[in-house]
Amino acid sequence: MNDMTRSHGGTLLDPAPGRTGKTTTSNRLAPGKLPRGLQLAGPVLLVVLWEAAARLGYLSPHTLAAPSTAIATGFEMFADGTLLPHLAASAGRAYAGLFLGVLAGVVLALASGLTMTGEALIDGLVQIKRAIPTLALIPLVILWLGIGEAMKIFIIFTAVLVPVYVNTHAALRGIDIGHVELARTLGLTRSEFIRNVALPGALPGFFVSLRLAVTLCWTSLVVLELINTQTGIGYLMNRARDWGQTDIIVVGILIYAVLGLLSDAAVRMVEARALSYRRSIGS
Amino acid sequence: MTLHRAISPAVAVRRLSRAFGDRPVLHDITLNIPSGQFVALLGESGSGKTTLLRALAGLDDDARQSGSYSVPKNVSVLFQDARLLPWLSVIDNLTLGLRRQDAVQAAQSMLDSVGIGDKARAYPATLSGGQKQRAALARSLLRNPDLLLADEPFGALDALTRLKMHDLLLRLVERSRPTIVLVTHDVDEAVLLADRILVLRDGVIAEDHRVTVPHPRRPSHPDFEDLRRRLLRSLGVETEHI
Repeated sequence: MNDMTRSHGGTLLDPAPGRTGKTTTSNRLAPGKLPRGLQLAGPVLLVVLWEAAARLGYLSPHTLAAPSTAIATGFEMFADGTLLPHLAASAGRAYAGLFLGVLAGVVLALASGLTMTGEALIDGLVQIKRAIPTLALIPLVILWLGIGEAMKIFIIFTAVLVPVYVNTHAALRGIDIGHVELARTLGLTRSEFIRNVALPGALPGFFVSLRLAVTLCWTSLVVLELINTQTGIGYLMNRARDWGQTDIIVVGILIYAVLGLLSDAAVRMVEARALSYRRSIGS
Repeated sequence: MTLHRAISPAVAVRRLSRAFGDRPVLHDITLNIPSGQFVALLGESGSGKTTLLRALAGLDDDARQSGSYSVPKNVSVLFQDARLLPWLSVIDNLTLGLRRQDAVQAAQSMLDSVGIGDKARAYPATLSGGQKQRAALARSLLRNPDLLLADEPFGALDALTRLKMHDLLLRLVERSRPTIVLVTHDVDEAVLLADRILVLRDGVIAEDHRVTVPHPRRPSHPDFEDLRRRLLRSLGVETEHI
């Protein structure tokens, strides 16, 4: 048995010279780890095809502006100062809603995940909220809060709250029973248990929710910026539609894409630091 | 009777029964373990040995429904999976819930004595299986338990590491002499370590053996071999070829 594993391991570790790496990858059943940068192969290919189609005349500027045109327009708008106030207005709304939503989502998840009263009172309500499309709340929220900033931030807040709550709550409830037993045999107090066992255990789930939330807050924003506003990326895009300026619409789409990617990358960076204990010697 | 009352047993189990649903797992168990005795609980899978251990560990909330048992106040449990919290460094795992002034120093010196003193600041994910189990053993012994309950603590280790852990365990408990209940399915392990071996079968203590083989025990010792053979047979293994 031992000899078998050793000789098997030997062939894997010492491939024939000149074929280094080839043997291991071709023997693999699961796909290997993608080299850095290749994750963007798909998007880059799409942009190249899109640009080519526009240059070769297959794509009229009235249908869709070429990426190069859009980027030029974007720089122009940035340079003459028309873009930044809109971006700032949108970011203000999105991140205010995000902040409040994450805060409330976490607080509710903790209350519901760590106490039975909380579970009884909160979980059902959030599950019901989850079933209602956020946008269906707009008419009611307009009646309550008017058509100003408060309404927009509130809608984003409710949209963000749900995934944050659901994932964090599930992580708290799905706590490793073995860790609970350990805590009992170590005689931990409830607060020691929450600080050292429950919360760290729920952290991965929280980060999943945060990655959903940072993109979700921008998603809701576009629709909201259709309603009574003179600022924001969504407003810019809708005005551009009236004028048939597809380049500005593409600028807006690109901004959303870049912001989404950057936000996600930021969360992943924090996540990698916070969960660094997961790294074993082998990885 | 009056003579024995002076030395009250460390673990006393009285007519303990336990069923999960309709399936009885422990049936009317009565057991005394004197203080300082090293007991191995042997039995096939499903014989109830882990259930008994979990009851003694206080992890089975329904265990007191029938029968009673008493254990010392200071009990420590060694699990099969080392059960270190992955987000705490090794030393933080050791000191978690430890209420004494010199917790950190004591933990460090305990890590030194189990041979992983240099891993104090490492996260469990970076340790090998044997090192994790050493850390878990250190965590248990750091609490100076009166009763150490071990649920197949070496079951997941490779044969060589297991031998080293046996040696380490015997060496570390030599001075403090806690009462130990070790659940195992490894007959050699039981004969090597324990003062007394209980064989559980269908939820009852079917056999109760004293181990008289002198320490350090060698498998070549005739008493060792004889007891091993008898235990294997009582567990349903015919030993002609082993």
